[in-house]
Amino acid sequence: MNKHRYLPMTDEDQAEMLAAIGAGEVQDLFADIPAGVRYEGALRMSEAMSESELLQHMKELAGRNADAERYISFLGAGIYDHRIPVVIPHILSRSEFYTAYTPYQPEISQGELQAIFEFQSYMCELTGMKVANASMYDGATALAEAAALASAATGRSRILLSRTVHPEARAIVSTAAKGLGLEIVEVGYRNGVTDLTELENMAGDSAAAVLVQTPNFFGCIEDIEAIGRIVHDRGGLLVTSCNPLSLGLLEAPGNLGADVVVGDAQPLGIPASLGGPTCGFFAVSEALMRRMPGRIVGQTVDKEGKRGFVLTLQAREQHIRREKATSNICSNQALLALCASVYLSVMGKAGLQEVAEQNYRKARYTAGRVAAVPGLSLAFEAPFFNELVIKLPEGTAPDDLSAKLLQVGYIGGLNLGRDYPELAGHMLVAVTERRSKAEIDGFIREMGAGQ
Amino acid sequence: MKRDKALIFEMSRPGRVAYSLPESDVPECDAAADIPVHLLRRQPAALPEVYEVDVIRHYTELSRRNFGVDNGFYPLGSCTMKYNPKLNEEAARLAGFASIHPYQPEESIQGALELLYTLQQDLAELTGMDQMTLQPAAGAHGEWTGLMLIRAYHESRGEKRTKVIVPDSSHGTNPASATAAGFETITIPSNSKGLVDLDRLRAAAGPDTAALMLTNPNTLGLFEEQIVEIAAIVHEAGGLLYYDGANSNAIMGIARPGDMGFDVVHLNLHKTMSTPHGGGGPGAGPVGVKSRLIPFLPRPIVSRREDGTYYWDYDRPQSIGRVKAYYGNFGILVRAYAYIRSYGPEGLRRVSECAVLNANYMLKRLAPYFDVPYPGICKHEFVLSGRRLKAYGVRTLDVAKRLLDFGYHPPTIYFPLNVEECLMIEPTETESKETMDAFIDTMIRIVHEAQSDPQLLLDAPHTTVVKRLNETQAARKPVLNCTCG
Repeated sequence: MNKHRYLPMTDEDQAEMLAAIGAGEVQDLFADIPAGVRYEGALRMSEAMSESELLQHMKELAGRNADAERYISFLGAGIYDHRIPVVIPHILSRSEFYTAYTPYQPEISQGELQAIFEFQSYMCELTGMKVANASMYDGATALAEAAALASAATGRSRILLSRTVHPEARAIVSTAAKGLGLEIVEVGYRNGVTDLTELENMAGDSAAAVLVQTPNFFGCIEDIEAIGRIVHDRGGLLVTSCNPLSLGLLEAPGNLGADVVVGDAQPLGIPASLGGPTCGFFAVSEALMRRMPGRIVGQTVDKEGKRGFVLTLQAREQHIRREKATSNICSNQALLALCASVYLSVMGKAGLQEVAEQNYRKARYTAGRVAAVPGLSLAFEAPFFNELVIKLPEGTAPDDLSAKLLQVGYIGGLNLGRDYPELAGHMLVAVTERRSKAEIDGFIREMGAGQ
Repeated sequence: MKRDKALIFEMSRPGRVAYSLPESDVPECDAAADIPVHLLRRQPAALPEVYEVDVIRHYTELSRRNFGVDNGFYPLGSCTMKYNPKLNEEAARLAGFASIHPYQPEESIQGALELLYTLQQDLAELTGMDQMTLQPAAGAHGEWTGLMLIRAYHESRGEKRTKVIVPDSSHGTNPASATAAGFETITIPSNSKGLVDLDRLRAAAGPDTAALMLTNPNTLGLFEEQIVEIAAIVHEAGGLLYYDGANSNAIMGIARPGDMGFDVVHLNLHKTMSTPHGGGGPGAGPVGVKSRLIPFLPRPIVSRREDGTYYWDYDRPQSIGRVKAYYGNFGILVRAYAYIRSYGPEGLRRVSECAVLNANYMLKRLAPYFDVPYPGICKHEFVLSGRRLKAYGVRTLDVAKRLLDFGYHPPTIYFPLNVEECLMIEPTETESKETMDAFIDTMIRIVHEAQSDPQLLLDAPHTTVVKRLNETQAARKPVLNCTCG
């Protein structure tokens, strides 16, 4: 292949460049690769396609997936089907943003740096924390980094982890714990929320932190103030993972005693995209500022006194501290942090309250419908935000129900039995502002049908 | 003087809105009657109140104050700032990719699973490995994942190996990842040719060696010619070889890490496979392994049944567990897959040839004006030293800042740490000879300016929206968010 739309090299260019180098042919430039490790075969990989063939092929692959534009989704469990304001894809398509690297040259990266500074400001405002970083891979890995931070800050290695935290986030914390030498102790739940009595009993005097999520994996709202008191009394930190969209309705964790607040910004305008990429956020109290992982943007002035922004507090980071860095992370999810910022700019003060209120109201309405259908019931009595656990009629397998729902145009909820054996026969259902009353009624009717 | 660009918060005017939600069609309910009042928001978040035109103009203005590959040449060494094909963006936005949920029934996402499965196979073939995981979200995340795999492998054999060896030219993420995986780092100096010093390696390798982490071509843009000997030393000591794939753009289809003796590999899809850097992310850092490490891969991986259907394979009892929620950065994986299929194997080989030819051409033309610490042929990038400019009171930082005035993103100047006043240049294959020639001419002009009018460089940049910024003040008195809230 010598001609390709992304490759400018002509035969003439090649000849001129080789002549300038003093090489006879391109292969001479690879003479430093020992013959024994040179690849001489033909790679067995997917073959090349023309632009139109490839686009058609991608559409064909995409067309074999049931997407939330064609199906009515009641699936959440960490990834939610919210309305994405029309302006978002337009702004994210500005290639000055998406084709840029990390802003190492601040003079030509003020746009990105200011966007990150505004993202940090948004996260502080939502969470009630003093400092936030430029973002993390996702909410789950941010939680693992929070465990590492808590351990380093307290000099303790025991982490209390509520079982109401997202099972995948717990799995990642456990994987990370092996590398960091942390001991993970799981705390059970009662009636859908962390069991405070069990937490008191297990807390001991050596816990670095308790990790909780609110609204938790079941959608239930945790009393993080009470949880914070228990762990603070024993010298540990309160690490809270939260859904940023819920903070239009629920109190900022920073006002309830949280020392670290993390979460995933996916509900803020980020497409579901099979669960990634999303964008984690990480916010801390002022005391923990210099222990934060990841990139941080700060405000400063240029030599003429003009306001400008730079990457700062880099003495924490791997490119300077190497093995002594606070974390190995070197990227952030800048483009999706931008997405979250645009979302919050569009929604504004009133919009975020209204969208959170609508989620809550529609979930409550759904709960009311569930109660009216024989055979269906709510698993828990604890208050919830936009997600609820529904107990299915005896003998109904959630996966079978999901398959049936799919046939009539619904993407059903999550089968909880895989991660919570005690909740076999239960389905976790999310109801966002996108769902209309008619869709909810139809969905619940289908769930109860065939009894 | 132009005024400071306003923050979105500073544009707020009470009463304005940019959102549009349908009226709620379900009955109202009182949250305070249900949720304990102390858990309800007392003060609404002080988000800006703006209308849609404000939003569009604000972010458009911010984008105009930013510089990406689409704006111009971006020879940022070690970052592979190649063109980000638009078809890939279009593909990732298809509803069948963008609006699918990770927990949907497998039968409802067969297209996505087929894509992931094919990508696993293609990347394994390209790197000469036996199996891939697509979970890691970035290069550093891949490194850490790979080291956790190595840890699990040694533990499964009843061996306690605590040390990871890295060359002094390695990326900072290598030692930082080693720490996060619970290893101690041993840094060994490079030899006078900029390559791994075999004697130092022999001295460092031993029964406590878990792995050697190596970038090849290395961060100086040089191929580790003694890679076979290096692999033998590490393997004889019972350690494994980790390949940092940051520089894979030099060797696609030409040499494979798996054939060089590497046991674990990560690739940066946002470098080699053209997915956009996004201003810092998202990326993806898939990890490939040789067969003896397959049992430890994160779960799930995508597998194929005999009937041709695909499924999430969770049945991996020795797995290190999960490293990322769901299945990795799927949207990025879609773009990487489209990239591979836009070239095919022969095209990818040509990509690497062009990347290497471009770099050698630039090296040859720039060599007379700078010191070349490691002469000879380079791979996809090369490192110059600007130390002779110090005689005029000019640092490479000043050269970089002056380049901004000519509309270029400067080369990497902070790295590698073992070259004084370094300039690390990586043109990539998607730049034309004319673009490179114009850049080279500009570099030569700047060298002349350094000699004749150094102050011009010290004051640079002259044309940007802000001048040099006070980084010391930013770190000493951190202002990390606006207090308008």
